[in-house]
Amino acid sequence: MRAVDAIMECLKAEGVEVVFGLPGGANLPTYDAFVDSEIKHILVRHEAGGGHAAEGYAKATGKVGVSFGTSGPGATNLVTPIVDAMMDSVPVVFMTGQIRSDLLGTDGFQEADTIGITMPGVKHSFMVTDAEEIPRTIHEAFYIARSGRPGPVVVDIPVDISRADIDYVPVTEVSLPGYQPNVEGNAKQIRQAAKALAAAKRPVLYVGGGVVLGNASEELRALASSDRFPVTSTLMGLGSFPSEGPQWLGMLGMHGTRTANYSMDQADLICAIGARFDDRITGKLDEFAPNAKFIHIDVDPAEISKNVPAHIPIVGDVKSVLPQLTSEYRALGADSARLDDWLAKIDAWKKEFPLGYSDTDDTEIRPQFMVEAVYQATGGNAIICSDVGQHQMWTAQYYHFPEPRRWINSGGLGTMGFGLPAAMGAKVGCPDQDVVLIAGDGSIQMNMQELAACSQEGIAVKVLIMNNGCLGMVRQWQELFWEKRYSHVDMGDYPDFVKLAEAYGATGIRLTDKTTLVDDIRAAIATPGPVVVDVRVTEEENVYPMISPGMPARDMVG
Amino acid sequence: MMNADGGTSETLSLDALHASVGVRSGRKHVLSILVENKPGVLTRVAGLFTRRGFNIDTLAVGPTDDDAISRITLTVDGAVHPIDQVTKQLHKLVNVIKIRDLEPGESLARELALFKVNVAGPQRAEVMQICDIFRGKVVDVSKESVIFEVTGTTEKITAFDQMLKPFGLVEMMRTGEIAIARGRDET
Ligand SMILES: Cc1ncc(C[n+]2csc(CCOP(=O)(O)OP(=O)(O)O)c2C)c(N)n1
Ligand SMILES: [Mg+2]
Repeated sequence: MRAVDAIMECLKAEGVEVVFGLPGGANLPTYDAFVDSEIKHILVRHEAGGGHAAEGYAKATGKVGVSFGTSGPGATNLVTPIVDAMMDSVPVVFMTGQIRSDLLGTDGFQEADTIGITMPGVKHSFMVTDAEEIPRTIHEAFYIARSGRPGPVVVDIPVDISRADIDYVPVTEVSLPGYQPNVEGNAKQIRQAAKALAAAKRPVLYVGGGVVLGNASEELRALASSDRFPVTSTLMGLGSFPSEGPQWLGMLGMHGTRTANYSMDQADLICAIGARFDDRITGKLDEFAPNAKFIHIDVDPAEISKNVPAHIPIVGDVKSVLPQLTSEYRALGADSARLDDWLAKIDAWKKEFPLGYSDTDDTEIRPQFMVEAVYQATGGNAIICSDVGQHQMWTAQYYHFPEPRRWINSGGLGTMGFGLPAAMGAKVGCPDQDVVLIAGDGSIQMNMQELAACSQEGIAVKVLIMNNGCLGMVRQWQELFWEKRYSHVDMGDYPDFVKLAEAYGATGIRLTDKTTLVDDIRAAIATPGPVVVDVRVTEEENVYPMISPGMPARDMVG
Repeated sequence: MMNADGGTSETLSLDALHASVGVRSGRKHVLSILVENKPGVLTRVAGLFTRRGFNIDTLAVGPTDDDAISRITLTVDGAVHPIDQVTKQLHKLVNVIKIRDLEPGESLARELALFKVNVAGPQRAEVMQICDIFRGKVVDVSKESVIFEVTGTTEKITAFDQMLKPFGLVEMMRTGEIAIARGRDET
């Protein structure tokens, strides 16, 4: 069998439905195999778009995303999505073509050291040197990408290797002597954690993206309701716990709620679940949660005590650890009344410090109002994607995510331009759901070209551009920390997004009136095919509250 | 970790909980790492150290009795880096099979070094004598220079180096430490 047909067989065996990619000289053989394969391929217009689309697909569906590119510039264009997938633990297999084996190391045409360039940003990578090894390698790549703490895996195949014929034997088992992800938490440690929870008077459950990745939202909800434990979440964990109700503190961290950050500051026990104590969460590390002891549950042992020393470390898959913790806790029959004072305090913070902004009394649209309008127009029932900037933070604050995998954004790397391709991938993975992208007017321009792919393939993403005419988040920092010395943040009135949308074959709409915004957005979402809505919002508006960089959480401003 | 016994007592005081990880040991650690013998493995290990800001003091790589497996022995300063973070990050590399942090009392460490000294005349005898004390060997002699070979712990080689310095030491080569566990079990 041709090695490239074997590649298609392997993808099929892995349950792959779709590949996002773009061909070139070094992966011509592989692209020939697409002609007769059932595997769907979506032609993106830039490899970075393909990489982010595979991420969006993976984040929305929980399956492994797949992205293809050619050697040299094709591969270097994939570097941003690869690192993005690493930072947010997204399972994606990237397959790159490489120049002929006999030319490797000679600076051949379109040669780039793909393995070398991507090494610091991959969970693992493979350079295939023997065509017979292709099937095994592909299955190992998928296994590594999806198991344990998920992440990106690169498979680089020189073009002469992919042109070979092989004896294809389906691979049913992989053998990776150095890779054994630990999924079962230590029972004794779990019991200890339950006791600590029972002893705590001011506990907080601090949840992160690991709960979403581990599909453990139900298990988290069961733990939270085994008593009245207050819950806060990182940007990446939003949706794993319903963003409403008495136990919900709101998001924590730099642009989190005062309630969430004050609760962390005064907690006596913090149970971190699939979260990694990023600097955007802790603020000044020395003064982070000074009164707390820490339970830390994570499938990646290296996360435990990396930034904040754990008192009770539990290495394991949240999906199996949380139910055990819940039943151990229930068995202790702890007296829930011990939490009364703490919950009363939290309630008082919530009343005193609700999220808010000063609305306009004319037709001007405040950016926060826009997010609230999207929430109303969708009833919380859409997959919401975003780019990176103020609009991302406002979406996190004002859209109340009811379920996991409804919130798709670039958290760890903060990649502008992530949004449109990610929304495209999410829509391909979940065709029956509304997929709405709240984009920045700056960010969208970094991968706008994928609108062509959306139009060509009929991928009906609804793009709502929060157009403030500037690189808003940078403008905010220049205003607050650089004495309003604005440097290169104004983008003028360019481009005309409505005309651009039309040029790409999408519907273009401009909205400027807040009084009809909810209905207008609802109508835009109901419009068939890809839609781009240019929503004009107030320019000089800041994301608050805020922990200033390097400051402790209790000193929030705004 | 923790103080209170997880198995028996039914209640626990949060005050009894202590976090002991993340602390600096303050001493040198010899890590013996078994890796798959595949292209790029050493780059992955070295790259990890650079990326995480860990410093490798010495590094030695060699084959094992199994063709598919190589051994990397490296030393890291536990006064500067939390060793458990270093080993946990290393474990995440898919090609790393096993890591052993060799305790000084329970293992033997050796390094080999070559020293070239330009000495002639009466000083030469003196240098030879120092070499004898360190159980070194003279491996090459010419009119103006002598080359010594010394094996031992890093400390011994450093001491020998100090002794030779006043005698016109031209250059020195060291292999980096390798180490083996004492007793009957494999390292
Ligand atoms: C690729 C990339 N370049 C630069 C940045 C730095 N950056 C962070 S937010 C931001 C502004 C984004 O502007 P826009 O998309 O309009 O969003 P807004 O903040 O205005 O809502 C910039 C430039 C980044 N995150 N990513
Ligand atoms: Mg903007």
